[in-house]
Amino acid sequence: MQHDVVFSGFGGQGVLFCGQLLAYAAMDSGLHVTWFPSYGPEMRGGTANCTLVVSDDEIGSPLVRHPSCALAFNNPSAEKYEALTEPGGLLIHNASLVSHTFTRTDIRAVPIHASEVAAELGNPRLLNMVMLGALLQLTGVLPIDAVESALEAHMSTRRPELLALNKQALRRGMSLAELAAA
Amino acid sequence: MTKQLLKGNEAIAEAAVRAGVDAYFGYPITPQTELLEYMARRMPELGRAFVQAESELAAINMVYGAACAGKRAMTSSSSPGVSLMQEGLSYIAAAEVPIVLVDVMRGGPGLGNIAPSQADYFQMVKSAGHGDFKPLVLAPASVQEAVDMMALSFELAEKYRTIVTVLLDGVIGQMMEPAELPPMQPRRDTAPAWALTGASGRPKNGIIPFSLYAEELEVYNQRLQAKLARIAAAEVRFREYMLDDAELVLVGFGTSGRIALTAVKQARSLGIKAGLLRPITLWPFPERRLWQLADEARGFLVVEMNAGQMVEDVRLAVGGQAPVKFLGRMGGVVPMPDEILDAIQKLDKATRPRPVIGTIEGPVAPLRHPISVN
Repeated sequence: MQHDVVFSGFGGQGVLFCGQLLAYAAMDSGLHVTWFPSYGPEMRGGTANCTLVVSDDEIGSPLVRHPSCALAFNNPSAEKYEALTEPGGLLIHNASLVSHTFTRTDIRAVPIHASEVAAELGNPRLLNMVMLGALLQLTGVLPIDAVESALEAHMSTRRPELLALNKQALRRGMSLAELAAA
Repeated sequence: MTKQLLKGNEAIAEAAVRAGVDAYFGYPITPQTELLEYMARRMPELGRAFVQAESELAAINMVYGAACAGKRAMTSSSSPGVSLMQEGLSYIAAAEVPIVLVDVMRGGPGLGNIAPSQADYFQMVKSAGHGDFKPLVLAPASVQEAVDMMALSFELAEKYRTIVTVLLDGVIGQMMEPAELPPMQPRRDTAPAWALTGASGRPKNGIIPFSLYAEELEVYNQRLQAKLARIAAAEVRFREYMLDDAELVLVGFGTSGRIALTAVKQARSLGIKAGLLRPITLWPFPERRLWQLADEARGFLVVEMNAGQMVEDVRLAVGGQAPVKFLGRMGGVVPMPDEILDAIQKLDKATRPRPVIGTIEGPVAPLRHPISVN
């Protein structure tokens, strides 16, 4: 079993944390995992991405040219990863911001209105958890329980009220993905 | 102990702390800065020495001073910063004091960029400063390996009174991976007998060699070379993957080594008998093992993030017994498994034994150079 997942969006959308949370969950589940961030001369409002490899075997390359799954949080990321996702792969995009028209028929592009749902839940910053929930639903990379436990174990304890909201956002992402896939 | 998700640079810093480092001196430079930043917080917290020097030149000379006083001292930097340290490294090598240097390589030459690179293999392995000396060079390929190397680095540095360099690139420095940190070791409470600790009640220790007489300096050099020969004989380290029945041998260190592993597994799934040798010490180099492998292998493929540096050492070790091909990316571009797989397939095709069409003499034995290893 191996999943190569790219998380890509604007700096500030929680792209890197989203990947880290899944990395924690994978580690706590006894899997091999690597998390590699883009670390170029980034700035706020610029792009940010990270690559996550999860495997039940020792991981060779922590970098991936053609991910099996991409999470595109914004339009530039959707354009970039439509071209790069491997044939048969999955591209989950934040349909609230993505206007790009997908043309490839050999990948599955799944729209998730993550920013809108996050706003409904009362905090626009929850969009990364909505996206992650969709990923869990569509790939089965890890069970939701593993990610919720990772949230409890590794999230800052300064704002405990956010924990429940994050879990709610994850669940919303899952059910949206279930609907989108139906 | 349980595993933690750790960033390479920070994990190296904490591992050095737990290995009992007394003093850290450094200057910020990407992609290494998290190491210095971590030390800036952690060392004062433990009552140990941290100095952000005014330059890399100053930092390496502070390390030199602290090491002369018998303290466990280290620095870290990235390519251009290490260039600035070379004078100091040579002086440290001459004085034979133990230090540890972590070099997180980036794209060059010149200012270059901050992307991962392995273009400083020559700099560290062949010419870490003027004069005849070599640091012992360790090349980790994962966060765990980098962590484990820190205690080893101090141990080897002190055992041989030499420079130990941990040579990695921005991928290992910036990546997060699960790793287990070692328990905190107590700091050394006595200085080695040779250290400059104040000579009251004992004869003076001399550390810095000085002779204007060529013959004397030659005797000093002979002693230094004898020490390097002891290191070369005892400290070669490498890791093998799927080499038992390998016909094609890949060689790569650090990040390019682990990326090559992915390509080797893909090649295996296509029925190509490929394997990987990943040098862990770049000096001393696993040359005997490569010589042995060349006896059976059809060909070698060296993968690096540079224009072809370690490949020269592989060619020397293989000694013409088999073809040695090279795949390299430069300027901070990281080779990907698919392009390595392409190169493996080409090498496989090029070195496949040709079917022998019936001749009077029968099949021809493969040519082997009649060179014997001492």
